Amino acid sequence: MVQTLVNPKQVIAARVAKELKDGDVVNLGIGLPTMVPNYLPDGVNVILQSENGYVGLGPLEGEIDPDLVNAGGQPSGILPGGAFFDSVFSFELIRGGHVDLTVLGGLEADQKGNLANWMVPGKMVPGMGGAMDLVTGAKKVIVAMEHSAKNGSSKILEECRLPLTGKGVVDLIVTELAVFRVTEEGLVLEELQEGVNLETVKEKTEATFIIGPRVSLELIS
Amino acid sequence: MNKIISLDEVTSFFKDGMSIMAGGFMGVGTPEDLVSALLEADVKDITLIANDTAFIESGVGPLIVNHRVKKVIASHIGTNPETGRQMIAGEMEVELVPQGTLAERVRAGGAGLGGILTPTGVGTVVEEGKEKLTVDGREYLLEKPLRAEVALLKAYKADKSGNLVYHRSARNFNPFMALAADHVIVQVEKLVEVGEIDPDEVMTPGILIDKIYVQGGSQ
Repeated sequence: MVQTLVNPKQVIAARVAKELKDGDVVNLGIGLPTMVPNYLPDGVNVILQSENGYVGLGPLEGEIDPDLVNAGGQPSGILPGGAFFDSVFSFELIRGGHVDLTVLGGLEADQKGNLANWMVPGKMVPGMGGAMDLVTGAKKVIVAMEHSAKNGSSKILEECRLPLTGKGVVDLIVTELAVFRVTEEGLVLEELQEGVNLETVKEKTEATFIIGPRVSLELIS
Repeated sequence: MNKIISLDEVTSFFKDGMSIMAGGFMGVGTPEDLVSALLEADVKDITLIANDTAFIESGVGPLIVNHRVKKVIASHIGTNPETGRQMIAGEMEVELVPQGTLAERVRAGGAGLGGILTPTGVGTVVEEGKEKLTVDGREYLLEKPLRAEVALLKAYKADKSGNLVYHRSARNFNPFMALAADHVIVQVEKLVEVGEIDPDEVMTPGILIDKIYVQGGSQ
């Protein structure tokens, strides 16, 4: 599928899509993460889990059923082969490691794999919903977020300042500038997005990171 | 035993200071008529247990807006700005609980368990004041059971003995809340005779249901 990526969110969603494998059970957070399926290559089909109680989340087709919404409360559909269950079972799937991958937005992430995305003290306290369970239980946690906050400050930090959603839970951070992997050795810059140079990423990233082999090779050539 | 009741009769279950749990996810699977009856009953200082506080005008939201709630225990309050406002103004206490933990605490309350051990929330503000246990090298939080005096459920269909069938994603918290309250009242869209729901299809057995309110009041 060839699509023109015109804005940062599309660049991020398209890159995240490459992490999804055929048959994966995937839970997508609200907002940017829900764009990811638009960029799945032909032949890669994933099963979307909706934490309010089903697998097989699909687009709304035909009439709205008021009893069928996604985790953002929006009218949705369920694909053939899908299944409904209660919230205990839904979180057994999530916490029990039966969800292969979750993609969540972030307010901040840091080089130790911490994620903050559920509250800004004094400003925004919506509650964590299912996010804390997802980052704890999903086999792989991808943070899909823009590299900088609206005021230009880095969202990839040495250490998160906001209250955490999860400690040491992040596997991969995908922004419109770069892809970072959290490893035991530290944060590794795995890729530069197309047209982005290392200096820009260094300048816009507060966290300390190791330059990964792929980026090193690109720099040499 | 006749379990079918009118909305007026539902009102008699409510009193000031009571703990009430209600099914629903952003209002989907919330018994809106039972919530209306609770509003009509004009009781105050409720402790409300629900996944979220829905919206200003739907789900359990109107209970918040009309100041009937003293404390809410929920995983998400962001879609009802009035909850956040009352919390910040100190008018209402809010206990935020991760959604999977909230579900398990209610399950524990109905299952005779002294709590559950979950890794969710370790290393976050959620662990504050809680006992932490290490099992096979992994840290868990002890999360205590939740029960209520009344559970308000929504199902699609009941037979007259209270066997329930839910519809689509409206199931959510309803099935396990049916075990975790002293009185369990369900609102259904459709009522059928005993025997009309195949026992294999029953999602919540009628022995857990005390009262059935049929939407529209008909039988």
